[in-house]
Amino acid sequence: MHADSTAGTVTATTERKAAALAAFKDLARDPGVPKPDPILVVDKVVRRFGGLTAVEVEHVEIQRGSITALIGPNGAGKTTFFNQLTGFDTADAGEWTFNGRPMNGVPAHKVARAGMVRTFQLTKALSRLTVMENMRLGAQQQKGESFFRALLPNLWRGQEDEITERAEDLLTRFKLAAKRDDFAGALSGGQRKLLEMARALMVQPELVMLDEPMAGVNPALTQSLLGHVKDLREQGMTVLFVEHDMDMVRDISDWVIVMAQGAVIAEGPPDTIMSDPRVIDAYLGAHHDAPLSETELQEQLHEAEAELEAEIEEETQK
Amino acid sequence: MDWVTIISTTVKAAVGVETVLYALAAIGINVHFGYTGLLNFGQAAFMAVAGYGLAVTVTVLGLPFWVGIGVGLLAAVLLAVILGIPTLRLRADYLAIVTIAAAEIIRLIFRSVAFKDVFGGSDGQRGFSEGFYALNPFPEGDYGFGWFTFNNRVTWVLFVGWILIALSCLIVYLLMKSPWGRVLKAIREDEDAVRALGKNVFSYKMQSLILGGVIGALGGFIYGLAFASVQPDIFGTETTFFAYTIVILGGAARVLGPVVGSMIFWVLLVLVNGILSGAVEAGYLPFMAPTQVGPVRFLLVGIGLILLLVYRPQGIFGDKREIAIDAR
Repeated sequence: MHADSTAGTVTATTERKAAALAAFKDLARDPGVPKPDPILVVDKVVRRFGGLTAVEVEHVEIQRGSITALIGPNGAGKTTFFNQLTGFDTADAGEWTFNGRPMNGVPAHKVARAGMVRTFQLTKALSRLTVMENMRLGAQQQKGESFFRALLPNLWRGQEDEITERAEDLLTRFKLAAKRDDFAGALSGGQRKLLEMARALMVQPELVMLDEPMAGVNPALTQSLLGHVKDLREQGMTVLFVEHDMDMVRDISDWVIVMAQGAVIAEGPPDTIMSDPRVIDAYLGAHHDAPLSETELQEQLHEAEAELEAEIEEETQK
Repeated sequence: MDWVTIISTTVKAAVGVETVLYALAAIGINVHFGYTGLLNFGQAAFMAVAGYGLAVTVTVLGLPFWVGIGVGLLAAVLLAVILGIPTLRLRADYLAIVTIAAAEIIRLIFRSVAFKDVFGGSDGQRGFSEGFYALNPFPEGDYGFGWFTFNNRVTWVLFVGWILIALSCLIVYLLMKSPWGRVLKAIREDEDAVRALGKNVFSYKMQSLILGGVIGALGGFIYGLAFASVQPDIFGTETTFFAYTIVILGGAARVLGPVVGSMIFWVLLVLVNGILSGAVEAGYLPFMAPTQVGPVRFLLVGIGLILLLVYRPQGIFGDKREIAIDAR
């Protein structure tokens, strides 16, 4: 019986992954390629800081039920793009829809309520609240969060118990159950990342947006965090995450979107994306491995000789 | 030195009018600063608009006492909304700048010559408290026991004042135990995280500003009624800073912190004042004039508070564990 149910989950697991991969199978590798079932569709989003164009995304779609990685060199505008989508910063132009619902200009808290929840690059644990209080805060539509109903505990106590139960399940899953009554500020960096992810799940989101979930996490915890991210897809959620660590991207993502200088420059499956010439150019510069021509070689040789001579001259003059 | 008088006035100060009105102001500040992390440096303005709302309604407009109370409360709510709309969307420091400036503007309007007919200039308003004392159920005479003996008017003020403190503490206790209070405390820790979890941060900050302002306004009423007058300079910035001192002394984000803080603060002030005056009178301190006693008592109490912050930064009721955690 027990073995059966385990086998059942394993097949389900592979099914989800297979479904996600099948959706991406025949897609072109062009930036902005249309997906079969997009949860998030972004059109012409622009954000400028003075003269600098931080984000200028023409078109991009995120496939439902998949794990999509957003990568790119430093300063590519990944976090700024995240901030636009989640309402933490206002875009100068552009529109985007989540589940077909327009989301541009929607304030951050309404974005979260719509089912699109983010975490932060610098973890935001609410330090002087206990781990359990952190978790409870994530639950939506709490009766006790209205001023007048808060004064009458009988109105919200039942709901609070349900929330606590759900929070306890999540804490057990994230191995934080032993810490439930500790202040969040007393947790280690990695535990805070876990708490932030668990807290985001309390919102019961459809799309989870993780901004560098692995930054500053010790290697021992990385595997456990990876497992949790994969688990989100198994539970039917869509994941979009920003990451620098290519090993992690290759390990867990179904599809990769590459940004450089504010624009989406390429898309593709994780195992081949890093060999895409556009991506190599963006990371290493366009001419990093072009062979040197004969004249260039000569020039370099002359330069080196001239430098040497100057050095010798300096030495003898002393 | 008359030790009996010194001790008896000190003991009386523990429950006296100043303790009551500053406790109310500090409970408000505790909601703002202790629980929500809002730096409201204009608590005196909330007290002022309440006191003057009552005074002007009764004396100038000739309306009944209860209407005056209503006007005072409404004025406090309005002030919170007006201060909050432009500043609560911005960083915390902006609220501090705007509230301290607004409080001074309000005080200067109340003492201005241009509005002397309405607010009474620097003399303020008087003669609006009859309605309150008409409700006094205590007949003429002294009430209390031992050193805690007050005449019937003061007894009535203290009776109402301590009921208001008890009610305010009960409301704060219920709220801060609830999910509503949890959102407030979370905002104090990190607004953006709270926003990312689907809470309307602006709305909660506004509710907090109104609640704390209205509790502070009760302190303004108590002042006006106890002294049967309001003067603009009572509601200066130092009133706000006393309230902050009391909150930190008692322990921020603790329900009873401001009440005990206020009691200790006024007991210390009155005790130091009594001893110094007595010593100067008896000639023990030949280098001090009697007029120097007032400033010196603040100096000594200030030193005491600095020592408290050094050796017990969490205040009387605070949790050392909590203070040790870096806010971010």
